[in-house]
Amino acid sequence: MAENPAYQLRRTLLYVPGNMPSMLQNIPLFQCDGVIIDLEDAVPLSEKDAARILVRRFLENYTERNKEILVRINPLDTKWALDDLKAVLPALPDGIRLPKADTPEIVERLDTLLTEYEEELGLELGRFRILPSIESAQGVINATEISRVTPRLIGLAFGAEDYTASMEIERTKSGEELFNARMNVLWAAKSAGIQAIDTIFSDVNDMDALRRETELIKRLGYTGKCMVNPRQIDVIHDVFAPKQAEVDYALQVIDAIKRAREMGTGVISLKGKMIDAPVVKRAARVLRTAYAHGLVDVIIHEEDIHGAE
Amino acid sequence: MKLQKRGQAGTMQSSDLMVVVEPADELVIEIESTVKKQFEHLIRAKLESVLAKHGATAGRISVSDRGALDYAIEARLEAALQRAGGLS
Repeated sequence: MAENPAYQLRRTLLYVPGNMPSMLQNIPLFQCDGVIIDLEDAVPLSEKDAARILVRRFLENYTERNKEILVRINPLDTKWALDDLKAVLPALPDGIRLPKADTPEIVERLDTLLTEYEEELGLELGRFRILPSIESAQGVINATEISRVTPRLIGLAFGAEDYTASMEIERTKSGEELFNARMNVLWAAKSAGIQAIDTIFSDVNDMDALRRETELIKRLGYTGKCMVNPRQIDVIHDVFAPKQAEVDYALQVIDAIKRAREMGTGVISLKGKMIDAPVVKRAARVLRTAYAHGLVDVIIHEEDIHGAE
Repeated sequence: MKLQKRGQAGTMQSSDLMVVVEPADELVIEIESTVKKQFEHLIRAKLESVLAKHGATAGRISVSDRGALDYAIEARLEAALQRAGGLS
């Protein structure tokens, strides 16, 4: 793991239906960075009670955790949400994926509930993290305020399926209709120093379109994507993996800026290109990501980026 | 403690099981399973331990198992008991 938790890899977050033992017990085997065990849309109304018991018992038995475990509870304004929390939190998921996080007040409410459970269970305060779903026009507009509600947030997750429903529009594979919302969620997340996680891509047979969408959201600044099918993991990991040329260049940049500082300057030329603070920051980002991928063993410290006083 | 009414939980999907609990004068456990030959005794032991944990002393417990692991057996039986209104 990288030294800074903000660099924890969350390239791939796989939805797993909460009422299907055959899927739940494969969680240890999936090669994704995290899973979102779903008590919301994947569970029919008649099975909400049974699903949360099943998830609780599954998590209690899954003691050798090898990935991040989030549980998507039902929205806080439904009658199921509190029972969901009561059932699953004692089984210690890493966090809660909060659907319909349309306003900062909704996220604050969950924050308060989690604090109460932590006190009751004798856990460290702040242990349970939150990944809010920004999945409506209202949520997109409020994204900036939502991103600042609590240090529990690991990121903001954009949910395009519900968002397009709230906009009364169709979702397309090219995704032009999502562009402004995607950017707004991204700006909110980046300005709060948390991750931005992109929406699912629902056509599991179209790997080319999945790759194009993942390349797009990576270029924009998203660091991960949710998924509905484990077959999508490899494509997404491939897109997010730092390329060797990028890593090599980043190492040269860090080396160059060190030499510059030894000479008493903050700027230097590398192969005819100016290397200064923003270039160094981007290189550090590449190397930290590469470290998280196990591609380099160089740990980048803040001093490497900014120099010593 | 006795079951007062019927409750059912689970599915017939692979790795799952269907549990029906009903009132009866004594404790009766009936097991149908795709892996009955090898695992009936383990399924029965798991059911008995969950029933004991919840203090159930009387009721008919019918299980159709599709190769469920222990956590699923426990969860489905608990859901069925809860839907039956618990024990009294």
